[in-house]
Amino acid sequence: MQTEAAARPRAWHEIVLAVLKANDVRLVPYVPDNVLKPLINAVHADPFFTAFATAREEEAIGIVCGAWMAGTRGIVLMQTSGFATLANVLASLPCAFQIPALMMISERGTLGEFNIGQAMVWRTMRPVLEALGMEHHVISRLDECEFICDRTIKQAVMTQQPAALILSPLLTGGKVVAPPKA
Amino acid sequence: MSQSLTTAHNAKRMYRFDLMQRLTAQLRNEEAVIGGIGNTNFDLWSAGHRAQNFYMLGSMGLAVPIALGVALAQPQRKVFALEGDGSLLMQLGCLSTVATLAPKNLAILVFDNGVYQITGGQPTPAAGGADFAAIARGCGLANAVWAADEADFERLVQHCLETDGPHFIGLKLDDQPPVSQTERDPAQIRDRFMRGMGARKSKLPG
Ligand SMILES: Cc1ncc(C[n+]2csc(CCOP(=O)(O)OP(=O)(O)O)c2C)c(N)n1
Repeated sequence: MQTEAAARPRAWHEIVLAVLKANDVRLVPYVPDNVLKPLINAVHADPFFTAFATAREEEAIGIVCGAWMAGTRGIVLMQTSGFATLANVLASLPCAFQIPALMMISERGTLGEFNIGQAMVWRTMRPVLEALGMEHHVISRLDECEFICDRTIKQAVMTQQPAALILSPLLTGGKVVAPPKA
Repeated sequence: MSQSLTTAHNAKRMYRFDLMQRLTAQLRNEEAVIGGIGNTNFDLWSAGHRAQNFYMLGSMGLAVPIALGVALAQPQRKVFALEGDGSLLMQLGCLSTVATLAPKNLAILVFDNGVYQITGGQPTPAAGGADFAAIARGCGLANAVWAADEADFERLVQHCLETDGPHFIGLKLDDQPPVSQTERDPAQIRDRFMRGMGARKSKLPG
């Protein structure tokens, strides 16, 4: 007979945590996001990881690039608005130097967003990723989460190219706020 | 770091290339050196390439974060971040991150000429008198100091090499231009640096 824990499917953040460990991705600088909270809490709770907040996402990109060049893998956690601050440093550091900087972006601004600022900045994310020629994948289904995360990390490392993993609200549920009463 | 009485006001204005030569002459244990954008890394390059030098391109303000990443990855190796004053202004938050993580092996050297020299010498927004060592202390880098002169600089570098950090040294510069320009070949620079860090082995010569 299956126990309750075994029967329960793993949550997206449990899958991500296991994939990061399996790929020896240890350094996790981030600028927080509400949807990322369970993952942030999990990397803080696990001594395998070195997790900390930075003042800006740019700074976190610099940190994981430096760490990679010295032999430690890292991933930057951020939300859509954080990604929008990064075009210059991505172009001139990981893209130009061929460094597999990894990013995990909580996708805000779509599928029920309540904040128009988030919705506006969301429009810039894919055009910037495409303009930079950066490998990026959207994770929208729990059953694809492990495969996409694992293969994206492996390809980034083997090809020495940065990559972005986008966590869709379809996967995470997003940030939900009740609409105002009419 | 032993508290120095040198203030931003009475620190001697020194020649960046001379300081780079003095710094690299003191490095005997394959210390990593991360040169920030432009003239800072140009003069690091001019002082003589070392396998443990990294020369940054356009990501203005990221010398300290890159050095922090190296320092976290290799706690046994001393790491120097060389940053211009204009560049540091773009990423002041990184000083708080360094103070909070407190890597023992990291030293930050700020080359303060008061201007954006490489783009034509325009005064920075800190021209009103911002004091970078005081800012660093305010961020939690309690021992941040200005170097009084060249001899004091050499003493402070030795202190960084011999004691636990994080360290912060402010350097007031004269207005002399850089000596030459770094070869701009990022993939090669990254590859050489990774070999210098022992993070990559390759049968390709170089
Ligand atoms: C985000 C960004 N804005 C502007 C520039 C253009 N830029 C390149 S170097 C530089 C000035 C650097 O000043 P500082 O760090 O003080 O060094 P200095 O030139 O004085 O040696 C500027 C404005 C850039 N590379 N990136």
